[in-house]
Amino acid sequence: MLGFIIRRLLLSLLTIFAVSVISFAIIQLPPGDYVSTYIAQLLTSGEVIDETEAANLRAQYGLDSPFPVQYYKWVSSAIQGDFGLSMEYQRPVGDVIGDRLALTAALAFVSIVFTWVLAIPIGVYSAVKQYSVGDYVFTFIGFLGLAIPNFLLALVLLYFGFVYLDANIGGLFSPGMVDQPYGPAKVWDLLTHLWLPSLILAVAGTAQLIRVLRANMLDELRKPYVVTARAKGLGEWRVVTKYPLRVAMNPLMSTVGYLLPLLVSGSIIVSIVMSLPTVGPMLLRSLLAQDMFLAGTIIMLIGVMTVIGTFISDLLLAWIDPRIRVENS
Amino acid sequence: MAEESAALGRALDDAADRSSERVYSATQWQLMWWRLRRHRLAMVAAVVLIGFYIVVLGANFLAISDPQFSEAFRGEMPPQRLHFFDGWSPGLYVNGVSGARDLKTFKKIYVNDPEVKIPVRLFARGYEYKFLGLIRTDRHLLGVSAPYKSEETLFLIGTDVQGRDVWSRLMLATRISMLIGLVSVVISLILGVVLGGVSGYYGGWPDIIIQRVIEILRSIPTIPLWMGIAAAVPREWSIIKIYFAITIIISLIGWTTLAREVRGRFLSLRDEDFVTAAELSGASKMRIIFRHMAPSFLSHIIASTTLALPAIIISETSLSFLGLGLRPPAISWGVMLQAAQNVQTIALTPWLMVPAVPVIGAVLAFNFLGDGLRDAADPYG
Repeated sequence: MLGFIIRRLLLSLLTIFAVSVISFAIIQLPPGDYVSTYIAQLLTSGEVIDETEAANLRAQYGLDSPFPVQYYKWVSSAIQGDFGLSMEYQRPVGDVIGDRLALTAALAFVSIVFTWVLAIPIGVYSAVKQYSVGDYVFTFIGFLGLAIPNFLLALVLLYFGFVYLDANIGGLFSPGMVDQPYGPAKVWDLLTHLWLPSLILAVAGTAQLIRVLRANMLDELRKPYVVTARAKGLGEWRVVTKYPLRVAMNPLMSTVGYLLPLLVSGSIIVSIVMSLPTVGPMLLRSLLAQDMFLAGTIIMLIGVMTVIGTFISDLLLAWIDPRIRVENS
Repeated sequence: MAEESAALGRALDDAADRSSERVYSATQWQLMWWRLRRHRLAMVAAVVLIGFYIVVLGANFLAISDPQFSEAFRGEMPPQRLHFFDGWSPGLYVNGVSGARDLKTFKKIYVNDPEVKIPVRLFARGYEYKFLGLIRTDRHLLGVSAPYKSEETLFLIGTDVQGRDVWSRLMLATRISMLIGLVSVVISLILGVVLGGVSGYYGGWPDIIIQRVIEILRSIPTIPLWMGIAAAVPREWSIIKIYFAITIIISLIGWTTLAREVRGRFLSLRDEDFVTAAELSGASKMRIIFRHMAPSFLSHIIASTTLALPAIIISETSLSFLGLGLRPPAISWGVMLQAAQNVQTIALTPWLMVPAVPVIGAVLAFNFLGDGLRDAADPYG
């Protein structure tokens, strides 16, 4: 087990390293450097920065040194929580993102909960009642769920909300609640808004998980131990839930690994469509405005969050399923 | 008639007698085709996809008016219903539409005028284009007698904000979106087969490195990353260059799944007797891979490629929808959907969401066909 944890940890660190390099490359991609863009930005508002100040800024970020050195400086200050300055907001990137990152995590978490709560009973039902009307209906809905990009689903729901409920169902807070400090009332307000985008995000993952779960359950239900259990006269409920379900549930843990990147990717676009105050819309705006420190940091933090989530899910999986520990060591 | 049915009956009996023999002598592709033919949904999907590619080939012929031709005073015009019967006799026509501005809200209002009948012609003259890039012509499937006369309009699914014909734009968007999907999947396929093949056939260090790279790529949320890379594509690049860049960015998403599939196949085949036999008889590595191993996993690769296409189409649509993929004047499904980005436009001009239909249709069709192909390619299925 320890060996497995160490190997996974090393891989996660490697991934985080890769994410940080790519994020930094993205910061560097546009022509010119951060300071020249910054100076140009200030010029448009009439402010003039003198040469020494520009040189100071360049020295601070080490923009005059080669790529690896620059990368090292950026990463070492990032680890200490200094991600650079957002040009658009004129505030440190960390301050700008904080809140939104937490809401993004909340959105992804609630979506995973939805995925499981929906997929487990439906998957089991589809397997136990294979080729029933219900099975066909869920298979069809599942295919649709996979085929409709979630931002389109969000658009359609926004449209129906507007036409039939005469309300804007976007956003994560009621208009009056946005500027309030966090408290029980605001958290409750958040929860009443969070379910819809989470559900939209969960659709694709749910459809996928139902198929995996159904296939696994079908495999398990055909095994001799199930026949034995039936022959012994166990109730159908116990026959299904006692062992087959537990074995078939494995993918729940292992799929978090690919579910998380999927959800976070999806949440970016859905957030933009539904104007949710997550990092999504901010990332798009910063990319379009070439506010590269903000954009690069968002991409890096999202990547790191996902890697950590995947790491935890790997550990859970190894803890639940001894076969994985043995196979990998 | 009787003779014919008797002949048909004999033929069917013959087929039944010979069917077992036919299975023994059939090639792998024939077996696959027979299995695929039984898969109804996959066959329907195949027909739908053929339809899509017909649109790709004849986009300009199916378009009605110049997709770039804009006329501000005809903006946001609702779809005109195509009538197939004039009274009791057949005749294609649409009703005339007259527009005015509501002086209070400044909203544009269009009124259908049932008195005015604009005849719709088949194979009508319209804007000039090159059919299949070769034959210069100005014939279109549908059209009105005077395409640019302002009273005589034919907008089957309305116009966008700038008064351009959504139908014609949709035809050209289909061409570009489907082609980008195709080119991206080919690039992903090359990457996937080469890297997956190296990884599976040689094993050892290359395998470890390639597998780690795949694992790393798969654990990173793709959309934000590709958004970052796509945003760095310089704005002043020509359309062709941007196509190329976006195609490559999108291919980077698809290759990992294909590489895994190829690697798995290589691993399971590497120790098969026939490969060992080929090795012992002195066949070169290249010959073993392409002559002996490739035929037995090619069908699987085709199935996985088909299944990889939906993700590619959705990524192109998403990127363009966000304004980071293709940009106007290029037309793609994503670019068109960009117009339907907020609630207000959707509520007032719902027909701008029509490009979502082909997106969903193509994705579903590729999924169904891919599923059918995968089942058909599996000899134990």
